[in-house]
Amino acid sequence: MGRIVLDQVSKCFGDVEVIPPLDLTIEDGEFAVFVGPSGCGKSTLLRMIAGLEDLTSGAIAIDGEDVTEVPPSKRGLAMVFQSYALYPHMTVRKNIGFPLRMEKMGQAEIDKRVETASQSLNLTDYLDRKPGQLSGGQRQRVAIGRAIVRDPSAFLFDEPLSNLDAALRVGMRLEISEMHARMKTTMIYVTHDQVEAMTMADKIVVLQAGVIEQVGSPLDLYHKPQNVFVAGFIGSPKMNLFSGPEAAKHGAHTIGIRPEHTDVNTTDGMWEGRVGVAEHLGSDTFIHIHDTGLADMLTVRITGDIAVKHGDKIFLTPQADQIHKFDAQGLRIE
Amino acid sequence: MAIVAQSSKFSTYGRPILAWGVGLLFFFPIFWMILTSFKTDADAVKPEHLIFFTPTLENYLNMTQNYDYWRFARNSVITAVSATVFTLFVSIPAAYAMAFNPTRRTKDVLMWMLSTKMLPAAAVLYPMIFLAKGIGLYDTHILVIAVLSLINLPIAIWMLFTYFKEIPKDIIEAGKMDGVNTWGEIKEILIPLAWGGIASTALLIFIFCWNEAYWTVRLTTVDAATLSKLIEGNRAPEGLFFGRLSAVSTAAVGPIVVLGWFCQKQLVQGLTFGAVK
Repeated sequence: MGRIVLDQVSKCFGDVEVIPPLDLTIEDGEFAVFVGPSGCGKSTLLRMIAGLEDLTSGAIAIDGEDVTEVPPSKRGLAMVFQSYALYPHMTVRKNIGFPLRMEKMGQAEIDKRVETASQSLNLTDYLDRKPGQLSGGQRQRVAIGRAIVRDPSAFLFDEPLSNLDAALRVGMRLEISEMHARMKTTMIYVTHDQVEAMTMADKIVVLQAGVIEQVGSPLDLYHKPQNVFVAGFIGSPKMNLFSGPEAAKHGAHTIGIRPEHTDVNTTDGMWEGRVGVAEHLGSDTFIHIHDTGLADMLTVRITGDIAVKHGDKIFLTPQADQIHKFDAQGLRIE
Repeated sequence: MAIVAQSSKFSTYGRPILAWGVGLLFFFPIFWMILTSFKTDADAVKPEHLIFFTPTLENYLNMTQNYDYWRFARNSVITAVSATVFTLFVSIPAAYAMAFNPTRRTKDVLMWMLSTKMLPAAAVLYPMIFLAKGIGLYDTHILVIAVLSLINLPIAIWMLFTYFKEIPKDIIEAGKMDGVNTWGEIKEILIPLAWGGIASTALLIFIFCWNEAYWTVRLTTVDAATLSKLIEGNRAPEGLFFGRLSAVSTAAVGPIVVLGWFCQKQLVQGLTFGAVK
């Protein structure tokens, strides 16, 4: 079980309010991702749930029980840190078994659980090594192992993959998703990487300056961003957003069109521009287009390849049903 | 290129010569003290016996037979060890609290602790003596241990604070998440990780306690008198008895020099910690 409810939770550091009062519910078994630019308060929010950071006001309940004043060790949560935070003086075996030893569990049971956890994480060969003798990916596995042996009611991940290289990051991302599918335990995952958020989450919480901009499934956020911030933050490459007469034509202050929702033609189309950099990925091509009179630069994404070069004239036509409209306050118009 | 060549020449020859020079300069008084301790009091002041003399153990025999060296030594061991243990017992939790749960006032508290070291000891000598006599602790081990602990606490806390600051906060927080209480954090995580720092702090405090003279000489007479008091007692106002004084001094610093020699590594690490980072 692990249903986490935040009720009017807020945080001030001195006079600075980093998180204005907010409400949020994370259902049992859900994979929730907090995503936002750095400094948006997502890690602080996670640390408040963990109990590592005091609340300025509000309350946190886990499975219906108010844990606002409960110390971190008694909340039944496990956390994986960005820096892994392994105990450098202990072997992998001791690191993973540490939380169990603190629970005064019998040595036989500890050994059994450490064995099971290390098998599922491919760590059996490294049990007698110290963290200093492991690679980044292995250290991260040990940190995860230390979290899973306890059988917590929820896992908290604080940017766990940002210290890994790109290839390893993709691999670990899959492993964590697999782990969630297998264990079905509540997980809260903090990242600034919207690709991680989109690929892993059941529910994404987009934060900016401590305020929840939108909560929803990855596809909700992709198809129906509630405001300009979410529209620009979710999706890669970023949505093209612009204001002006073209937006007014659609009865909006700002309109947005995703790079993949724009048709490209070299002979005619709705908007005209000049090709800047074209990035050929093989499967896709990203073309950056200038001189459209709409925005400094528009990005379009084409499946496959297209024969254009720098400086060529190009025509764009947005798919009419894929245009996102926003009012002067930046909110979505249906 | 010329600059590189010059600097490498300096580091090959100049630096070792300089280092040895400074080293010998500092070692000389100790060497002279040991040398003098093997001279008779009469020889010690005669220029013709400056280097060449007939060595004698007379001073050492005199010290153990007439002055009860072992009683002073025992008192030194009891007070220095107890004061070091007590200092660590208080300073480890204090430094831990300030390093990992700092408040807006932590810096001020640290400064305030250090400021107690700025108080001239002479200013509080008489109040201390009256106080000690008033509560019946004058010339007791307890008093000496308390005084030695108190004068060394600020340094111990500062040193340990610096070491503990080097430990990533995440590790302590991971401990919290893993269900460790405060005592467990100190015992299971902090002490093993900061072991080198704690050892060098302990060693340094022990040396300070062992060599402390201002208070131990003035707050004791017989029962709790330490080796400092023994040296003080052999200091003749006429400037005689240099041989005897040297023997007592050598016997007093001997144990600490041996200890320091074996713990050199920790000691150097302790003194340069933070400076090289």
